Amino acid sequence: MTPVKLYPPKSEKVYFFGTCLVDMFYPEAGLDGIRLLEREGIEVLFPEDQTCCGQPAYTSGYQSEARAVAAAQLKLFPEPWPIIVPSGSCGGMMRTHYSQLFAGTDQESLAGEVASRVYELTEYLVHVCHLQLDDRGRAETVAMHTSCSARREMGLAETGPMLLARLGQVKLVEQERAAECCGFGGTFAVRHPEVSAAMVEDKVQAIEATGASHFVSSDCGCLMNINGRFEHQKKAIQGEHIASYLWRRTS
Amino acid sequence: MTVETYTPRAFHRQAHDALGNPQIRSNFRRAMDGLMTKRRDVFSDWDLETLRELGANIRLRALARLPDLLEQLEANCEANGIRVHWAEDGEEACRIIRELCESHGAKSVIKGKSMVSEEMHLNAHLEAAGIEALESDLGEYLVQLNEQTPSHIIMPAIHLNTDEISDIMHDKTGTDRTRDVDYMTAAARAQLRERFMNADVGVSGVNFAVAETGTLCLVENEGNGRMTTTVPPVHIAVTGIEKVVEHLRDVPPLYALLTRSATGQHVTTYFNMISGPRKAGEHDGPREVHLVLVDSGRSRIYQDDELLDTLRCIRCGACMNHCPVYTRVGGHSYGTTYPGPIGSILMPHMLGLEETKDLPTASSLCGACGEVCPVKIPIPDLLVRLRREAVGEGRGNVHGAGVKRTKKEVAAWKTWQWLATHPSAWRGSLTMAGKLRALTPSKLGPWTQYRTAPKLAKRSLHALVKSHRREGEGES
Ligand code: SF4
Repeated sequence: MTPVKLYPPKSEKVYFFGTCLVDMFYPEAGLDGIRLLEREGIEVLFPEDQTCCGQPAYTSGYQSEARAVAAAQLKLFPEPWPIIVPSGSCGGMMRTHYSQLFAGTDQESLAGEVASRVYELTEYLVHVCHLQLDDRGRAETVAMHTSCSARREMGLAETGPMLLARLGQVKLVEQERAAECCGFGGTFAVRHPEVSAAMVEDKVQAIEATGASHFVSSDCGCLMNINGRFEHQKKAIQGEHIASYLWRRTS
Repeated sequence: MTVETYTPRAFHRQAHDALGNPQIRSNFRRAMDGLMTKRRDVFSDWDLETLRELGANIRLRALARLPDLLEQLEANCEANGIRVHWAEDGEEACRIIRELCESHGAKSVIKGKSMVSEEMHLNAHLEAAGIEALESDLGEYLVQLNEQTPSHIIMPAIHLNTDEISDIMHDKTGTDRTRDVDYMTAAARAQLRERFMNADVGVSGVNFAVAETGTLCLVENEGNGRMTTTVPPVHIAVTGIEKVVEHLRDVPPLYALLTRSATGQHVTTYFNMISGPRKAGEHDGPREVHLVLVDSGRSRIYQDDELLDTLRCIRCGACMNHCPVYTRVGGHSYGTTYPGPIGSILMPHMLGLEETKDLPTASSLCGACGEVCPVKIPIPDLLVRLRREAVGEGRGNVHGAGVKRTKKEVAAWKTWQWLATHPSAWRGSLTMAGKLRALTPSKLGPWTQYRTAPKLAKRSLHALVKSHRREGEGES
């Protein structure tokens, strides 16, 4: 397993890095993440100049473009506050790939320093805030899809389910092959659409087979992919970001 | 389908065909599910991470001293009576093996499983010289009967189910049509047994070549490896230069990792350690043993401190078994000797990126391969590295570097870079896009073939946060 990570005490302020997909497609999820943190008495700083972590170019091989974009983000977190990211894949990019991206450049140590402050939202809520939730929603079953990056790059397969378990009225149901990729993979879905489609098809079937009325994920890439497939098939079930789900049920 | 029809250039078409073939889909899904379960169960009582760490270190240590170890291996093999030959590429290796066969007047060769011999197309080469080469691994035998190449590096015939195997055996060898696996196995055994007895030369692969003792280790389950290496008067082992390990004591941990990762076995039925030809007074074993060490681009990989990790591979196949892409499209779609994740990071070095440019992108980078690799090869990172090479942003150390770089793509990424480094332009374009969201195309090329297009939000997170802040101020 990944080495045990020691978490700092709850911080008075945090930075929020919204990610480009949240910014464009799921802004409510970002705002709900901010609200959850604020409710814990944390002041949330949102650097206005944030854009994208650089991952799309990075995984496509466009290293210099990725570096230029990532470098622009490095400057946005000057104070030593934690940086909260509502997405395992952008979190994974910042935490694990920035060191590689900036290896041998002037920004190498800054990149390492920033990376060391990156936390995925559910990770921070569980391990640092020890978030307790007062569930006000109706009883229902929910399935969770954990993104591959959250699971494998960040080692966070448990934090989402741990939060859902704190909702008194919610029953979490496990899908078959829960650890298998939904087929998004950024540009993979476009470069290999048919393979990607076969993967998302199996994923929607697995989610449906749980009988859950809802599903949640903490990654907007997966949500876009899985929801897109459900909608294409005119299925009623739609997933939402875990931040929105938690906020909605507890506010 | 015949051997030549698969090529890495046709990955898209081959994957398309496989995806549309329910038989292939269900054969692979079932087989991979089974293999994943077996691996998980067999590791449950082990400290897997400690063992993987050890395995990775053994391989890294061996690679760090590769040139020395190869010399040591050669010296110790020769001292044991094993003749060592060096081949720069597959063609040279084929020639060496053919000449060895010819010098013994060999007409028939029996083969144990060897991916390196597949890689260099040994069978075709020998057959062109009038020497018959027969595969003796059951899976390889079936694949050969069916005029195909292996679809998996450990289980060559994994793409076939019992009915298909029955048909192949019936059509090609005249056995009864049956679903009785024991009957078919017995029939194949009888067919092969005769060939073992009459073969002039046995050709095998090598799993680990031990430098300090000059020992060749061979891992197998069917006994065909032992037959191949002991019955014919001449045994020729062929292996890539990276298979060397430093010490004999390095073998048990690697063996433990290999069998568990591959088939979920604690041990295999056979583990052969070959340390030389038959000695005076011994009753069996070949009179001559040869070792052919093949480079085929491996020393080029060795020159690059990142790509080097590729050579750690012990060919267990676990990365394929856990790969969601491999599971869907099967081994033949890749059109390469090594399919799946390991193939996608290895084959570009052997065939060049011109031929293989679609393979490094044929991964969602889900990381399952890296997670299970027993020697901790960072496969996803290597895939990204090769993508970088393909678009000309790497170090240029791979043949065909830059082949995927197109003006159109570069322009797209440059535009993206400009927007993402000009925050006010970024915000402006989001605002604009939000206003024009009704105009968002409902067709987005390949995406919307299978999915509804995502809808741009009316207001971006940037905008929502601004209003949220204002509300907050209003309240206070
Ligand atoms: S890359 Fe790793 S998992 Fe894949 S075959 Fe090689 S050793 Fe096994």
